[in-house]
Amino acid sequence: MREQPPAERVKNFDEVALGYSEEEAISEAKRCLHCDAPMCIEGCPVGIDIPAFVKKIAEGNFGEAIRIIKEKNNLPAICGRVCPQESQCEKKCILGMKWKPLAIGRLERFAADHEKDCVRPKVTPNGRKVAVVGSGPAGLTAAADLARMGYAVTIFEALHKPGGVLAYGIPEFRLPKAIVEKEVEYVKSLGVEIRLNHVVGKTITIDELFEAGYEAVFVGSGAGLPSFMHIPGENLNGVYSANEFLTRVNLMRAFRFPEYDTPIKRGRSVAVVGGGNVAMDAARTAKRLGAEHVYLIYRRGEEEMPARREEVEHAKEEGIEFKLLMNPTRIIGDEQRNVKAIECICMELGEPDETGRRAPVCKPGSETTLDVDTVIIAIGTSPNPLVVKTTPGLKTGKHGVIEVEPYTFKTSREGVFAGGDIVSGAATVISAMGQAKEAAKAIDEYIKNK
Amino acid sequence: MYRIVGKKEIAFNTTLFEVEAPEVARKALAGQFVVVRLDERGERIPLTIADFDRGKGTITMVVLSVGKTTKKLSRLREGDHILDVAGPLGNPAEMVENSLVVCIGGGLGIAPIYPIARELKARGNKVISIIGARSASLLFWEDRMREVSDELYVVTDDGSYGRKGFAVHQLLDLISSGMRIDRVIIIGSAIMMKVTSEATRPYGIKTIVSLNPIMVDGTGMCGSCRVTVGGKTRFACVDGPEFDGHEVDFDELLARLRMYSAEERLADELYMQGVGACQSCQKNL
Repeated sequence: MREQPPAERVKNFDEVALGYSEEEAISEAKRCLHCDAPMCIEGCPVGIDIPAFVKKIAEGNFGEAIRIIKEKNNLPAICGRVCPQESQCEKKCILGMKWKPLAIGRLERFAADHEKDCVRPKVTPNGRKVAVVGSGPAGLTAAADLARMGYAVTIFEALHKPGGVLAYGIPEFRLPKAIVEKEVEYVKSLGVEIRLNHVVGKTITIDELFEAGYEAVFVGSGAGLPSFMHIPGENLNGVYSANEFLTRVNLMRAFRFPEYDTPIKRGRSVAVVGGGNVAMDAARTAKRLGAEHVYLIYRRGEEEMPARREEVEHAKEEGIEFKLLMNPTRIIGDEQRNVKAIECICMELGEPDETGRRAPVCKPGSETTLDVDTVIIAIGTSPNPLVVKTTPGLKTGKHGVIEVEPYTFKTSREGVFAGGDIVSGAATVISAMGQAKEAAKAIDEYIKNK
Repeated sequence: MYRIVGKKEIAFNTTLFEVEAPEVARKALAGQFVVVRLDERGERIPLTIADFDRGKGTITMVVLSVGKTTKKLSRLREGDHILDVAGPLGNPAEMVENSLVVCIGGGLGIAPIYPIARELKARGNKVISIIGARSASLLFWEDRMREVSDELYVVTDDGSYGRKGFAVHQLLDLISSGMRIDRVIIIGSAIMMKVTSEATRPYGIKTIVSLNPIMVDGTGMCGSCRVTVGGKTRFACVDGPEFDGHEVDFDELLARLRMYSAEERLADELYMQGVGACQSCQKNL
């Protein structure tokens, strides 16, 4: 697939991957072997009939291809871009045993981007109301599926734009906001109402939603609470959580300050702490804001990085400087309390821990400092406690996740279901969507049997 | 969209807005705030809920024009709309019974201290209030504050109205007069809250402040508003905005409030040029 060359793309926020042309898509689609028992479908958390839509692309029937995808996936232009296909559908592709697996994600993206007339299923209203908390990938998916079943669905979103992490977290250069808006419009076209500026737990509680006649509630409020490292200097000026940094840039469009009102510090030397996709997004964003040096500080090695390979490669091409097996010990400020350096200690990998990853161990006396004026902490997030705190009887587990029954995503509260990061902790867009799909089925069953 | 149903200039550069936001009004309690965004290119700013009318479905905010967004807001008129109003956010003010409470509002802080004093009074507490400003032209709501206070003291830095000096001077006089104060609540600029909290520390009087750090979302997802309280990092938007004034690291707060001063100045200058207003006298604003 064609991409913007690194030297050019670090100067803009436009999408890096440019997408297939019709010829490229058809020729890629023709590589599909059309297995008797296709494994790729199993690898897809929402179970798209992959061989069927790929066949339609191979035949040049793009309209039919997107219709098949939308039977299972309400947000294909997003999934085709941000799913980690290498560990899902494409991992199971038989072609991958010997050659390169079929580029399923790119074909899905192609079909979504080339959709001419918006394909929309027929919806017969059943007169029953369901509320959805949060308009991220989980909430949008649950809402769309329930709307297709005939429910009147209302989404309550705390921010002023829908999309959750799709709107505030994933940068424009990986997922253009125009694409997110188009997909949200599709969900709305199914009859879903989205109420913005509604902070569930503050503006309205889950109990009040039931009083207002909603028969079930799906909680998809995500894992938006940033973790800090609790090291000295973390509250100096110039230290951001990745959530704040990315929200300012993506949601508030601070990269266009002063045309837009939200400011951001454009660091000359930036340290990003962490090794996940969010760290890559923050580092690449800092580069685009004009930083000369962007250091990515990660306490394990490159092998152990949880970020997608593709994103790690993109980051390297764009000149992000990897500082591996290093962990920050303190952030150093000047007299005005602005960041001027970050002190790190070298690490080595010890024995594998219970998760199977080798635990990093400090090497005493190996401290070094990097001169930086900005630090972005991207070491993870946990569920925001606002909904749980204001909903009596909602059982939670480790790190504040909501406990649910397997398969049905039922919580400890009658009529309340939950899915996505609020249940699993920070994970992927597509796994949130997969859970939301299951929950939507369970909500339908629950309401029918009431 | 949230309609402005009332607008009034109540002091120099200080404007009161009554805005239709029935869902916020229904839940609002003294001490809480909203986050507003004026238009599509706007930033999100926190504003304290100075009053609410559940019947009319409106909330009242008092805004001092200090930079681009607040100046832009001050140009809106009755019938105009604010694009986004989210809330009520933050924890409500902690309430006490059977106590003598001194409520201090400095400058714009008079607006948020008002509903707290009112609620304390309604619960039967003895409420002594001190309101102050740099100068008489910046004072407002003396009458409203008098209504909800057993005693009211007014101070101005320059002595143009009431007693000359700072609120802290009046507070120290009350303390040294032997008044048995159970609690002091201070809302004002960070420096004023710092100085006034320091004054009560040697006397061991419980002192509550309402912090005003930089916020983005106001729902706990970014940590822009983090403050150090009792040695621990807390998010003012969800853990506060009220904290124990004796535990707050005010120097850190003051530094963090200056983080974007260059950008704020630039945005303000470009805006003032754009609307053709005079930078120093704010004519045409």
